[in-house]
Amino acid sequence: MEKEILFIPSRLTVPTYKKLPENVQPRFLEDEGLYIGARPEVARANQNIMENRLLTQEPGRRWFGDDGRILALPSPIKQFPSRPSVLTQDQSIKAELETVYKKAVKYVHVSKHMTGSVDPPGNFQLDIDISGLIFTHHPCFSREHVLAAKLAQLYDQYLARQQRNKAKFLTDKLQALRNAVQTGLNPEKPHPSLDTTQKTINEYKSEIWQTRKLRDMEQEKDRALLKTIIKVWKEMKSLREFQRFSNTPLKLVLRKEKVDQKADEGAHEAEIQAEISELLEEHTEEYKQKMEEYRTSYQQWKAWKKAQRAKKKKKKQASEEYPEDEIEAASPEEDPVKPTPPEPVDRAVIEQQVRKRAAQSRRRPGEPTLLPELSLAGSVTPNDQCPRAEVSRREDVKRRSVYLKVLFNNKEVSRTVSRQLGADFRVHFGQIFNLQIFNWPESLTLQVYETVGHSGTTLLAEVFLPIPETTIVTGRAPIEEVEFSSNQHVTLDHEGVGSGVPFSFEADGSNQLILMTSGKVSHRVAWAIGENGIPLIPPLSQQNIGFRSALKRADAISSIGTSGLTDMKKLAKWAAESKLDPNDPNNAPLMQLISVATSGESYVPDFFRLEQLQQEFNFVPDEELNRSKRFRLLRLRSQEVPEFRNYKQIPVYDREIMEKVFQDYEKRLQDRNVIETKDHIDTHRAVVAKYLQQVRESVINRFLIAKHHFLLADLVVEEEVPNISKLQQPSRSSRTFSEKRAASPSTHSPTHSADYPLGQVLVRPFVEVSFQRTICHTTTAEGPNPSWNEELELPFRAPNGDYSTASLQSVKDDIFINIFDEVLYDVLEDDRERGSGIHTRIERYWLGCVKIPFSTIYFQARIDGTFKIDIPPVLLGYSKERNMIMERGFDSARSLSEGSYITLFITIEPQLVPGESVREKFDSQEDEKLLQATEKFQAECALKFPNRQCLTTVIDISGKTVFITRYLKPLNPPQELLNVYPNNPQATAELVARYVSLIPFLPDTVSFAGVCDLWSTSDQFLDLLAGDEEEHAVLLCNYFLSLGKKAWLVMGNAIPEGPTAYVLTQEQSHYLIWNPCSGHFYAQFDTFCPLKSVGCLIGPDNIWFNIQEYDSPLRINFDVTKPKLWKSFFSRRLPYPGLCSVQ
Amino acid sequence: MAAANPSVFLLMVNGQVESAQFPEYDDLYCKYCFVYGQDWAPTAGLEEGISQITSKSQDVRQLLVWNFPIDVTFKSTNPYGWPQIVLSVYGLDMFGNDVVRGYGAVHVPFSPGRHKRTIPMFVPESTSKLQKFTSWFMGRRPEYTDPKVVAQGEGREGAGPRIFLEHVTDEGLVRAQKVTMSVPTGALYLPVRDMGRSSPLYRREG
Repeated sequence: MEKEILFIPSRLTVPTYKKLPENVQPRFLEDEGLYIGARPEVARANQNIMENRLLTQEPGRRWFGDDGRILALPSPIKQFPSRPSVLTQDQSIKAELETVYKKAVKYVHVSKHMTGSVDPPGNFQLDIDISGLIFTHHPCFSREHVLAAKLAQLYDQYLARQQRNKAKFLTDKLQALRNAVQTGLNPEKPHPSLDTTQKTINEYKSEIWQTRKLRDMEQEKDRALLKTIIKVWKEMKSLREFQRFSNTPLKLVLRKEKVDQKADEGAHEAEIQAEISELLEEHTEEYKQKMEEYRTSYQQWKAWKKAQRAKKKKKKQASEEYPEDEIEAASPEEDPVKPTPPEPVDRAVIEQQVRKRAAQSRRRPGEPTLLPELSLAGSVTPNDQCPRAEVSRREDVKRRSVYLKVLFNNKEVSRTVSRQLGADFRVHFGQIFNLQIFNWPESLTLQVYETVGHSGTTLLAEVFLPIPETTIVTGRAPIEEVEFSSNQHVTLDHEGVGSGVPFSFEADGSNQLILMTSGKVSHRVAWAIGENGIPLIPPLSQQNIGFRSALKRADAISSIGTSGLTDMKKLAKWAAESKLDPNDPNNAPLMQLISVATSGESYVPDFFRLEQLQQEFNFVPDEELNRSKRFRLLRLRSQEVPEFRNYKQIPVYDREIMEKVFQDYEKRLQDRNVIETKDHIDTHRAVVAKYLQQVRESVINRFLIAKHHFLLADLVVEEEVPNISKLQQPSRSSRTFSEKRAASPSTHSPTHSADYPLGQVLVRPFVEVSFQRTICHTTTAEGPNPSWNEELELPFRAPNGDYSTASLQSVKDDIFINIFDEVLYDVLEDDRERGSGIHTRIERYWLGCVKIPFSTIYFQARIDGTFKIDIPPVLLGYSKERNMIMERGFDSARSLSEGSYITLFITIEPQLVPGESVREKFDSQEDEKLLQATEKFQAECALKFPNRQCLTTVIDISGKTVFITRYLKPLNPPQELLNVYPNNPQATAELVARYVSLIPFLPDTVSFAGVCDLWSTSDQFLDLLAGDEEEHAVLLCNYFLSLGKKAWLVMGNAIPEGPTAYVLTQEQSHYLIWNPCSGHFYAQFDTFCPLKSVGCLIGPDNIWFNIQEYDSPLRINFDVTKPKLWKSFFSRRLPYPGLCSVQ
Repeated sequence: MAAANPSVFLLMVNGQVESAQFPEYDDLYCKYCFVYGQDWAPTAGLEEGISQITSKSQDVRQLLVWNFPIDVTFKSTNPYGWPQIVLSVYGLDMFGNDVVRGYGAVHVPFSPGRHKRTIPMFVPESTSKLQKFTSWFMGRRPEYTDPKVVAQGEGREGAGPRIFLEHVTDEGLVRAQKVTMSVPTGALYLPVRDMGRSSPLYRREG
């Protein structure tokens, strides 16, 4: 029962015929070249079950393909996941990042020129075949040998020339050219264009001329060479006769080749005639030209002459009237020389010239051609017939032997056997060295050694062999000769002429010659071929590592190496070798590329295009983009042009954009190079203002770039790395501060004013504060030491209502605090009314003022202190009350600074957050070590005293970081200042301080909107005629240094400037603090010194950071030599490297 | 006068921050705000909002449901700077400190209609293990100076990726915010490719 219902398919393989329609053979599409994708993998058994199951169903066969297998789509599963899964566990991520231990592998060769470990152990082979050595000069050469060598050399030269046979070639060329001219001139032939023929004929002619010259030269050389050979041979013969023996078997035979006298003569004559006629033609041409020139110049001359004559006539008349003129006019200008007509061409002269030259350079007609033949057929006189000296020479030669060392990469790898020097000074080695190498050869050198008898060997010379190109393999390499020479000096006591010593052929010793040992090594260097026919050459990629320069000829494409995908041919080859399925759609792009590349029709650009899809994304053509106002606005905004930086809601339509939007911008662009003089006092200031504007712009641009450059700290708020001391106070300092501020909401409140030395008993001062067109004043107080204790509130409005940091930083408003005296005048005229009414007039007398820039309050957040009041030098009707001061015991403190003071406290409510300065790391030319040291120093200082200013590097006007001590260097103050008080150094110092203080003050924060503090050098400062405290301080300090004072720059906080720079000088017993901007100076213990805290001192060669408990100048010791009080930047650990000044 | 009455198009967004899945945390609230370009301006509705604190549902889904409504209208002249909604989720840690649990951002959908968005959330990670511990201990996790930075590309170029890849960690396994928003402005149609040309399809603001 069960079996009827259930069907269990068989696991056996179904025969193919069952799966196909009857009488159909299975087709294998893949064999027919069609692409069949890889089938998904299914177990054979499962497949059989499936097939069996399908076959039992009725239309079973349609499930089978032509090849009798179940139809299947190509497997859709990729080899690798294309997208990492989103929900990967942390552990699996870590697994990816987990490091894998690999056993350390020792490198066998540590050379940088090593073949990579990937390559099979590189057994590359270089075959060096040294066949022999010939000395072209050797100390043991006899005179005859010298001549023989010379003769051999000349003969070689002759043979080489003969082989090239340049003279013959040129003669043929000349002939051909002449023929061409002839045919060109032939009038019978039809001319395609007369013009061109004329031109070509001219060209031919010039070429004929050149060729003839060349040929003549060659012929002359040939002849000269032949003559020299004969001369040397004659010399040799005479020498042999003279010494009555011969050392060399050299023999020169001159073979005469008979020529047909008549024909030769005819040819010669014809040649000469042709030449003459050509020369004649040339000369006539030249003559014509010259004649033309002559005519024109003659005309000119004639005209001049005529004019001269007319002048003379006039002069004659004139001279009668004014005889004095004669003398003056008598100095005539240089007469043009009368031109001489050129000589006409003389045929006879030319003929003479040509014949002369022919006789010189050519064989005379009919003369037999001489063919020298050098042979070794001569006999050498045997020893017993030679004189003693010669015999000893020969014996000496016999004692000498030569061998060669082969050096590979400057290491000796092998050497030849030592061979005796032959009588002909030839050595035959015939040895082949097989160098098994790993590396690409760096150099191949042969060293020639000579051994004399049993004494030591001497190195004669080194021969450098060229490294063969990769195409040169054994069997194909030609034998090459490399010359060598040695600078050895050898003098011998026998017939040998020696080396490097003069000798002569003449009996009287004249005509001396100095010859050096020299010779030739004949060798053959090639790459060996392995057993399988592959040359054993190290891969080229290797040679590129170390020897790029040495092997410039290396093939560029093959040196690309493994990235051979760029090379189409390689790619195609690879495709062919790896038998890519051309029908696989996966390979389609590759195949297409290869087919295009190999067809050679493709245009392979030799450039690389960035953003090649840019065209696709252009939504409007460029013209429209440039025309449209909207697009212009958008572009300017994205470029952050100041006018448009914050432009909001750029209108949709061009018509909604008003022309005037661009007006300011365009005006600025125009004005950029125009200097307006009417706004300024003089042009210099205008130029400076312009310059400052440009500096400002460039700084702002840098700033804007920096603004887009975020650090982690800008984006992420994170606790700093905690240390023990900080753990106890985890609250953020800024937070506590703000709370404190909220508790004391006092605004501009001059609390009390210190004493007035204005000796009027009834002085009734009051204070008026004005800020941004708002004026407030206090009530009137009585007496010269009034106390108001009042709070004044003045509203503050940011420009354009923009309370952003940038705009607040650029507020240039000042707070003016004026002190007035209120005087009551009784104006009642009628005494009778005095009982019934009071009639008084109130008058205000201005006593002085204090000016505080808003930027100071903004950056300081609050100002609290006593300020010196600027009072006019003379206050009429007021006098100082001295005894009162004496009473109060201020005398010692006030001895140096007398004046009126006001104590006040200013803050802003609510608190405005001061902008943070950019901490962009500006590039620097300082040493990297120094920069690191500065960072360390600053970090250390900030850790100890976070509120104290520590300055080590500053930014100069070009935006570079400069070490601060470079700014300090003695600079001479103007001589005029020194001459005023030649004997009073203190007065001179005060004068210098006043001079510096007179230079206008321009705070950087205003000019650079809080971007950064730029330090200009004193030179730039004097040039710009404006600067802030640092520039003043630097200049003053430099002047003081040149005056011989001990001076430092003091970085600290002062009132009202805030963080600022003062100058400290050491007098005999005390220290003086100078305010560079006002020119005032204060003693160290002056209570009214505006400098309230000292952060660091900067000298020309060091920086000292204040590590004392207090920072008020009153309470600190300025002795920088004490390391417990002052932390110095340069110390024994980091000595002062001697930085040069930027001044 | 054209300038007095400039042409703009309006983008009305209303929707809600529906729910979140933070398997590890409970009792969270979320803040939302918008980041948009210079040419955009909100005309109506709230740009920012803080939701109520919600607790996990007691079923298997463990959803934190806020259903916090968003309703804001922008006007603009330029699709550049299309608004992005920035979500940041906060909650109390075991010491009772208010710490950030996740940041995320997504563009307001470009086409009108109903959309559902799931935003993966992340928080920046401490730079070192020690800091990680102390920040956990003191309840002062690293957080962005401004949540809006997650919608901005600045600072991520160049040295930027280092910051974000090294320090941003995924919070938990599933961290999803479902935000549904519909953009039912009938006349709004912005052919994105054609943005440069002044299209007659812009709606003029009355």
